Amino acid sequence: MSVQIEIPNSPRKQRVTNWEKYGWLYMRISGPLLIVLIFTHVFVNLFTGEGIKQIDFAFVAGKWADPFWQWWDVAMLWLALIHGTLGMRTVINDYTEKPKLRTALVGTLWSVSGALILLGTLVVFTFDPCPPTSNPDLLPSFCEAIASS
Amino acid sequence: MSDVKEIAEIPSFTVKLSIRRFDPEKSEEASWQEYEVEMHATDRVLDALHKIKWEQDGSLTFRRSCAHGVCGSDAVRINGRNRLACKTLIKDLDINSTITVEPIKGLPVEKDLIVDMNPFYQAYKDINPFLVANDKPEKERLQSPEDRARYDDTTKCILCAACTTSCPVFWTDGQYFGPAAIVNAHRFIFDSRDEEADVRLDILNDKEGVWRCRTTFNCTEACPRGIEVTKAIAEVKQAILRGRP
Repeated sequence: MSVQIEIPNSPRKQRVTNWEKYGWLYMRISGPLLIVLIFTHVFVNLFTGEGIKQIDFAFVAGKWADPFWQWWDVAMLWLALIHGTLGMRTVINDYTEKPKLRTALVGTLWSVSGALILLGTLVVFTFDPCPPTSNPDLLPSFCEAIASS
Repeated sequence: MSDVKEIAEIPSFTVKLSIRRFDPEKSEEASWQEYEVEMHATDRVLDALHKIKWEQDGSLTFRRSCAHGVCGSDAVRINGRNRLACKTLIKDLDINSTITVEPIKGLPVEKDLIVDMNPFYQAYKDINPFLVANDKPEKERLQSPEDRARYDDTTKCILCAACTTSCPVFWTDGQYFGPAAIVNAHRFIFDSRDEEADVRLDILNDKEGVWRCRTTFNCTEACPRGIEVTKAIAEVKQAILRGRP
């Protein structure tokens, strides 16, 4: 009697790009970065200068006139939205059992997140700190100099 | 010899067990059935299952082989936690309330406490759980105690599936390799005599591989052998990032 040997497993096929690894890495790198970015943001806005009372249109406009704070806020926006989207994607993968519904939900999630990232970036870089028809009292101090020149 | 001390009687108590019953030949739905048994403080949940099967209801179906925590056949969910029925003393559970016993989750139930283990074994097979060494030494392959200690923890696995079926990722994503397969891959990846660590790392660097792990530590808590499962998974993740063990 001959012994029947099970057919050895054929190795699993490796996909060309493995996004799971990069997703995992992204979460680990963006997490600590976000802690630094967000807490510095909160500290600068609420604890330095006049604290919470200083926050108005002029304060935000003043910050966004400086490329440093523009890039700071854009970095926060991108890192936080992608971080959150990846997290939500995990929740969707956990709780949806139908593949079609899963694809639809993850697709919607990325579209919404992509739109928010685009809109946010557009606002930060095309922001006009001195809208011509506004009450000058509400605008940052440097607007007067620009208006008179 | 009249002064031989009598052996003190082992205290006994009545305990209620609620067991998840399922018989596909009778009903498509599983249901809870309650039993009352007189047990001793030295008895384990497996003894209670035996007592029910032998004295009250012969139709109760469950797996067990060695009954001493080595073969890994009787992993069940006791009071909501995965344990080996043969390693869980009844007195250590809350005997004032009903003890629930149900099959481990995430694998198809075949009857009562028996599940289909094939998907679990398939994931195990997929990581090539055997030593690959192409050299042909005259004697045994030598290994230093330090090199042996590197993967000692993961050699303890008995493939009972308590870890994999406690994993919330595995419950919803049956394609996930699961903690047990990764633990057994770890056992060879970090073995200095093995030559195919890169192949195994490649296999686990998959959509359904180690990156699915969310470090909930359910597996580490469930392991009846005390293997630090989550730590082993994290070490495999790091090895993949490094590209070598």
